[in-house]
Amino acid sequence: MNDRVVEIWGERTPYASGDAWPDRVDQFLVDGVAESDVESWVRGACLLCSNGCGVEVAVAGGRIVGIRGRAEDRVNHGRMGPKGLYGWQGQQHDRLTAPLIRQGGRLVETDWETAMSAVVERSRNLLDTKGPLSHGFFTSGQLMIEEFYTLATIGKGGIGTPHMDGNTRLCTATAATAFGESFGCDGQPGSYTDVDDCDALFLFGHNVAETQTVLWARMLDRLDGPNPPRLVCVDPRRTKVAERATVHLPIRNGTNLALMNALVHQLIAVGYVDREYVAAHTVGYDELAAATADATPEWAAEICGVPAADIVAAADVFGTSDRVVSTCSMGFYQSHQATAAACQVNNLHLLRGMLGRPGAGILQMNGQPSAENNREAGCGPALPGFRNWGNAEHVEELARLWNVDPLVIPHWSPPTDANAMFRYAEQGSIGFLWIAGTNPAVSMPNLNRIRRILSGNQCFVVVSDAYRTETTELADVVLPVALWAEKTGTFTNVDRTVHLQEKAIEPPGQARSDLDVWIDYARRLGLADRDGGPLPAWDTPEAAFEAWKAATVGRPCDYSGLSYQQLHDVGGIQWPCNDTAPAGTERLYTDGVFVTDRARCETYGHDLATGAGVSAEQYSARRIDGRAILKTTGYQPAYEVPDEQFPLRFTTGRTVFHWHTRTKTKRARQLQDAAPSMWVELSTQDAARLGVGEGDIVRVTSRRGAIQAPARISHVREGTVFAPWHYGDSGFVETAANDLTITAWDPISKQPEFKVAAVNVQLIRHGDGPAPAPTNTASAPVDATITNPGR
Amino acid sequence: MHLCTYLILLAAAEQTLADSYVTVSQGHADEADVHYTCADFARQATAHVEALAPVTARYTDRREPEPERLRPDGLTTTRGGPVGLLRDLQDLYQLVSLVDITWALVGQAAAGARDRELIDTVAGCHGQTTAQHAWLRSRMRAAAPQTLLVAT
Repeated sequence: MNDRVVEIWGERTPYASGDAWPDRVDQFLVDGVAESDVESWVRGACLLCSNGCGVEVAVAGGRIVGIRGRAEDRVNHGRMGPKGLYGWQGQQHDRLTAPLIRQGGRLVETDWETAMSAVVERSRNLLDTKGPLSHGFFTSGQLMIEEFYTLATIGKGGIGTPHMDGNTRLCTATAATAFGESFGCDGQPGSYTDVDDCDALFLFGHNVAETQTVLWARMLDRLDGPNPPRLVCVDPRRTKVAERATVHLPIRNGTNLALMNALVHQLIAVGYVDREYVAAHTVGYDELAAATADATPEWAAEICGVPAADIVAAADVFGTSDRVVSTCSMGFYQSHQATAAACQVNNLHLLRGMLGRPGAGILQMNGQPSAENNREAGCGPALPGFRNWGNAEHVEELARLWNVDPLVIPHWSPPTDANAMFRYAEQGSIGFLWIAGTNPAVSMPNLNRIRRILSGNQCFVVVSDAYRTETTELADVVLPVALWAEKTGTFTNVDRTVHLQEKAIEPPGQARSDLDVWIDYARRLGLADRDGGPLPAWDTPEAAFEAWKAATVGRPCDYSGLSYQQLHDVGGIQWPCNDTAPAGTERLYTDGVFVTDRARCETYGHDLATGAGVSAEQYSARRIDGRAILKTTGYQPAYEVPDEQFPLRFTTGRTVFHWHTRTKTKRARQLQDAAPSMWVELSTQDAARLGVGEGDIVRVTSRRGAIQAPARISHVREGTVFAPWHYGDSGFVETAANDLTITAWDPISKQPEFKVAAVNVQLIRHGDGPAPAPTNTASAPVDATITNPGR
Repeated sequence: MHLCTYLILLAAAEQTLADSYVTVSQGHADEADVHYTCADFARQATAHVEALAPVTARYTDRREPEPERLRPDGLTTTRGGPVGLLRDLQDLYQLVSLVDITWALVGQAAAGARDRELIDTVAGCHGQTTAQHAWLRSRMRAAAPQTLLVAT
């Protein structure tokens, strides 16, 4: 196989509209291992992005020695991306093998008994003196369903705290709220197979070429095949997607809603609306038309900094295509009017009747492989099974499932978001914070503040992780946990595809699965149901999965028809999967009936301007009854706009070679070499004005901090500074992008603003060569003669 | 006629509300959502004052003596800590309640007076005030358990 760090998307297998995507099996075995050396191929799915590619893990001598894609899996048809092929090797280095406990200010190795006793003693003490609201659990989008549902049961049914959220708040919260506002409930309407049939693709703030490489390979194969779809790309950077676009709208970061209101305005003004669909299946058309009446392409062009003619052209592509697939991701979600902008993507499809049929679909993306499960299983913004905290009957159902008093289950307000949790931890009213599978000391905004919160004495911090990270170093107790393929469990990708990852090898040293750790915690705490039975009432992955299935019966995310055996045999299967859909469900809302019935909906919705909740009474009064909701709000400038002191717009993002804070990928040689250290990207125009050349060291300063890194002169739009957020602070110089970002968030999804911070840039000194940034991605240099020094 | 009195009351109350929002936004800058949202609401309230000016000017020749204590007091300083925040938000809630019902009453009078310009002004502004009211309610309800049970 070719070097997939160079040939990121692999060889093309072009196909035509309506055909099946051809298979192409990608495989990587470490040097010196032949196929004949592999003792077993263990089934599962990749956990290094939200795509969820079906894979088989090669095992020999009790170690993972390679990986290959599963040709029969619906998600990837055998393909894998560079992170999936190489990233697992990072699991074989620098692992935590014993618990750590803080003694005299230092973390020292200890045993499980000592560590868990310390955890439970502090937990019990706080529960007795301050009650359940003293506890917070901050998790991940990378754990298994079994683990999320078990923790939700412990936290919400046993302890009774609303303070449970994941780093999913940083990546995918807006997808969930946009679905809730438009369709009454979370749940991806579309399917990856819609790419096979579409005649237009719209990518809104979604650099799919780097974030979900296998999905981009599918799109590329359509683009290179007969009758390719037209492609519209909204992104301030010239990404690989932008290079293939029919229309590229490189708007100023922070102006998404102005563009979206103009696109909706234009659909209405030109008469592209499917009146019949809108009349039968939506409410709110008149309000939407009124709210966008003045949002002309010319008005938006001024705000967004793109030609009005290009906005008109994009609207024309949407309006004259028969089968449109839209994807929407972090460029929209990590912005100040995130939910409103993402809802406008839904609205475009509703106005044209473009959903629920082959090729016409919406993919509000997830960033992480199991983000969906955090959302649906009750560790994030909803009660388990997308139950509505504001609906007493939903709370009663949960109480019956858990055999607990409904009063124990916190349902007086929405589950607490991560921003509020960290604020409570800062103030000490959360005195016990358990962080699992995530590294907030690099990933959260405004890191100086986050480090202060985690290192202070006001809050006891427990961290479950597989490595020592920037976050574990601030903890009071660190628990070593098993990683992917070292435990069995299920997770669900962007298009509702559920996979089972089977345990392939033993975790290193004393590391245990997060499921085992939380069951141990619950037992030591003595959590019990109404009859004195143990809560949770299970202690194995498969029993947890069965309990989860029972919790989803009749809900939109119905897993009741799935089993471990079926997932093993078939590979990925899309929920809902139940008696009436035993093979799973490709698309939601095929009949134009949405989950907006009052008794069934996950949320009554919000005012998109302020985030104030709609009451049950107000919601009932609208008689929405299964129709979708068209709504938007007026454009507002970002929380922090450029001024004389800080004249540039800073934005953060990802590179294809790294995953999050690089805990795995920096330990995989191929990936680390491809993007070894921090850089920042400047436009040609800004670089010239600042006297900065390729590779020169610059300081980027915001009101919250400053970082230093080599500059890449890239094709980012003028006025915008881009930086990857994967890199933490190295020992003596600040390099973490989130040292600069702002503490602010979307009012509905509470997703933090990462896409606009006002900064200035100064030249520190001339560099010794090109910046250490990839040259075959959106970070490509303007000077095409530069090659990646890591290669 | 006292419509003019109430237009003066409304403009004064909106101005006081705008100033109070600024006070809370700055005094609770560590509460990021309160900080940004109150700053935004302050801009709305200021815009409402400006929107009222031309209509009010049409009625000033029929101005009557004002009753006692017509205009509300606002917040001039903020209180400390989580419970201080909650109490400050309650003060804002009280003020915005007054503004909200005053818009409704002025709207009634505008209908009675068949004053199309004022009817349009009410339609343009009142919804924002109601949304401010709803936000304050949501925000306080969410914060109350933590503030009253655990915070110090």
